[in-house]
Formats: sequence, C-alpha cells, structure tokens
Amino acid sequence: MLGQYMSRSAILLGLFALIGTGLVALVFTATEERIAESERQFMLRNLHAVVKPELHDNDIFHDMITVIDPQRLGTKNPVPVFRARKNGEPVALAITPIAPDGYVGPIKILVGITFDGTVLGVRVLSHRETPGLGDGIEEKRSDWVFGFNGRSLSNPGSKGWAVRRDGGQFDQFTGATITPRAIVKAVHKALKFYALNRDQLFQKTSLSPTEIHTEITHEEEATHE
Amino acid sequence: MNSDNASIFKEGLWHNNTALVQLLGLCPLLAVSGTVVNALGLGVATTLVMAGSNITVSLIRNLVRPELRIPCFVLVIASFVTAVELLMQAFLYDLYLVLGIFIPLIVTNCVIIARAESFAAKNNVWRSLLDGLSMGIGFTAVLLLLGAIREILGHGTLFTQAELMFGEGAQWLTITLIDDYRGFLLAILPPGAFLVLGLLIAGKNVIDKRRAQRTIQTVATPASVAAESST
Repeated sequence: MLGQYMSRSAILLGLFALIGTGLVALVFTATEERIAESERQFMLRNLHAVVKPELHDNDIFHDMITVIDPQRLGTKNPVPVFRARKNGEPVALAITPIAPDGYVGPIKILVGITFDGTVLGVRVLSHRETPGLGDGIEEKRSDWVFGFNGRSLSNPGSKGWAVRRDGGQFDQFTGATITPRAIVKAVHKALKFYALNRDQLFQKTSLSPTEIHTEITHEEEATHE
Repeated sequence: MNSDNASIFKEGLWHNNTALVQLLGLCPLLAVSGTVVNALGLGVATTLVMAGSNITVSLIRNLVRPELRIPCFVLVIASFVTAVELLMQAFLYDLYLVLGIFIPLIVTNCVIIARAESFAAKNNVWRSLLDGLSMGIGFTAVLLLLGAIREILGHGTLFTQAELMFGEGAQWLTITLIDDYRGFLLAILPPGAFLVLGLLIAGKNVIDKRRAQRTIQTVATPASVAAESST
C-alpha cells in the first residue's frame, strides 16, 4: 500500500521534472542562436568602440585566442584576446582582463592595444560599483575612461600608472578612489602582459586554448617571475 | 467584465497589492527599482512568470496530491523563470545584463509561490490567470512608481536607458528633468529604496483611511437626519 503510494508519487514528480526540463530545453533550442548572436553583437560593439572597424579587415571576433595569467589578468579563468589584422599584418588587439580589487567585487574591462603597445581605448564591460560614485568609469557617465587613450608603458612610466592620490597621473573621482585605482592597475598590468607576450599573442592562429595557456605561462615564468 | 473578475483585479492592484500590503518579494523590488526601465523589465518578467505558473498550477491542481504540491509548484515556477530568462537573453540582451542575477532570482520570489498555493491551487484556470496578471501588474505598478521616484531624486531623469528595452530608436524617451543635477546618492542606494517604499505604504494607508471615513460619514448622515426628524 505504502509502496504503491510512494511509487505513484515518484512517478508524478518525475513526470513534472520531465515536462519542466522539456519546456526549458524547448525554449533553449529556440533561443540558442539568438542568444549567441546577442552576445556577439554586444562584444562586437565594445570591440569596435576601442579597435575601430577601419583599422582592420579581419573578423576580429573570431580571430580570438584565450590566455591564462592570474597575476596580470586578474582571473584564474581563460581570458579572450581578440586580434585585429590588416592584410594579414597584426595591427592591434583587444583583451578583457579583470580588475579584481574594485570597491564591490571584480570589474571586467576591455583594453584595446595597438601593435606597438599604445592603449587604443578602455571600456568597462561589467561592474557593480556604487552608483553615482564609482560608476563614473562607465563611458556613458563620464569621460574618465578616455584618459587612457594613447597611454603606454613608457607614457607615463611605471610610477605614473596610478591615481593622483597615489602620486600617479590618472584622476580619481571625488569620493571614489578605489574604483579608478583598480582600473588603472588592471590596465597597467594588461599592458605588461602584452609587452611580455606580444609575439605569441599574434602568432598563434588556430591552436587549442590549452596549448596556448601553458606556453604563455611558461614564457612568463622564464622571463619575468 | 463581471464583478468577480473586477474584484480579482481590485485585489491585485490595491487591496492585496503584493508590494504594499503583502510585502512579499521585496528583495528584487528594492534592488532593481533604481530606474524606471529596470523596474519595468523586472515587473514584466515577474508578471509573465506569475501568469504562466498560475495557469499551470491551476491546470494540475486536481492531479497533485497535497503532500507533493510544493515540489511540483517549485518545478513549474523554476521552469517558467528559466524560459523567461532565456527569452530575455535572446531579445533584450542589454536589459538582461543590467538586471543580471535578479531574473533567475524570481524563482525565489515568494509572491509567486504564495499565489500558486493560496489562489491557483483552489481556482479555475481563467480566475488563476486573472489573479496572476493582476498581482503581477500591481507589483509592476509599485516597481514603476518606486523606480520613477528614485530616478528623479537620484539622477534627475526619467526613462534613462530606455533603449535597453525598446531599442536604439527609443532614446528620445529619456527626459532630463533637472540639468546638471549632481544626484542624490541616498535615493539610488538601497536605504533610499526602503525609505521610498515606506512612504508609498504610508500613502496607501492614508488613502484607505480617508475612504473608510468617507463611507462611515455617508452611512451616518442619513441616520442622523432621521434621528433629528423624529424628535
């Protein structure tokens, strides 16, 4: 009696789970392409904001490799690098490091760097900084982020890569120093990463991600750490 | 619309409003009501889920044993939320990025399971759909009001980032009410949400009290007239 009751309940619950999963699977397959397209558009819009479309003639979105460098890119996860080329020659790349020390958790940014190591532009992809204070890093809210344009490892030198309060050359916001400080640091580190790995970053065309990670990490250890 | 349907709507929009009376689902309410557009996005998503889950729960209400109903309801709600999340990701990607974790968190919004349990499990499909819609619209209305007040106080604008929801062509919707406004930080931060919600609840209570007094007066007046005439 009890066994019968239990098995009937189990079957009923199983049925619901099946129907629920079925519904989700249905919607998922119906929207899968559209979601991928939305994500692509979002990334492309940001990419083209820093690496202007006229600079390159390749499919920058798909000319992508992933790299791992927790020290300089702020995350243990693979970080995508988008390469821009013109007539097959490398012209610039865009990398999406994490500034791990934002005021409210990590800040994901996009840094465009020319082949010779100059910053083309910086954009904030996602953040949770205090509205009205730290969110001045968004290009919609203030032009602070454009202060990176044209900078490089030698302009300013190592000491200049900090907010003014720390003796550097980048402004902070009134009432918010931590957020700009985190981003300045992350951009600086991204430039260092680029300087160390430039040739590999452009050479590898179609290697599996794992191959690239290990290689670059080895290279890093050999030359720097 | 007959009186039964109308009373369901009155319940959802005013007398039993989820945000002002039941005080359920406050977490998303307070977290994403920073601007009108965010509020509208979350409100519409919640309404869709609530209508869908109410219909489904009503359809299966005679099938499910009482002991099994909670897990079944949760399954239904979770499926709907995931479907809405996917749809939003596909068609309103930028808004999805802004609302972020609060879309999946609709699953845990106790309003939805409360309506499934207290209404849809006892009523037919049509009434359950109406209940889901009216509760959802009532929730959205409060969200919008809260969003509008906080946005005006905090940013001095209305409908900022309307393009997130209606596409690039909708940027004209953004109204800057106060030029060069420095912003009022408290209104944007969570404490501001609590304060404004508190004021809204107080406002509703004042209106209800006035109404009650008026009905007492209209009832009392003929009686007193009658009393005077008899003397």
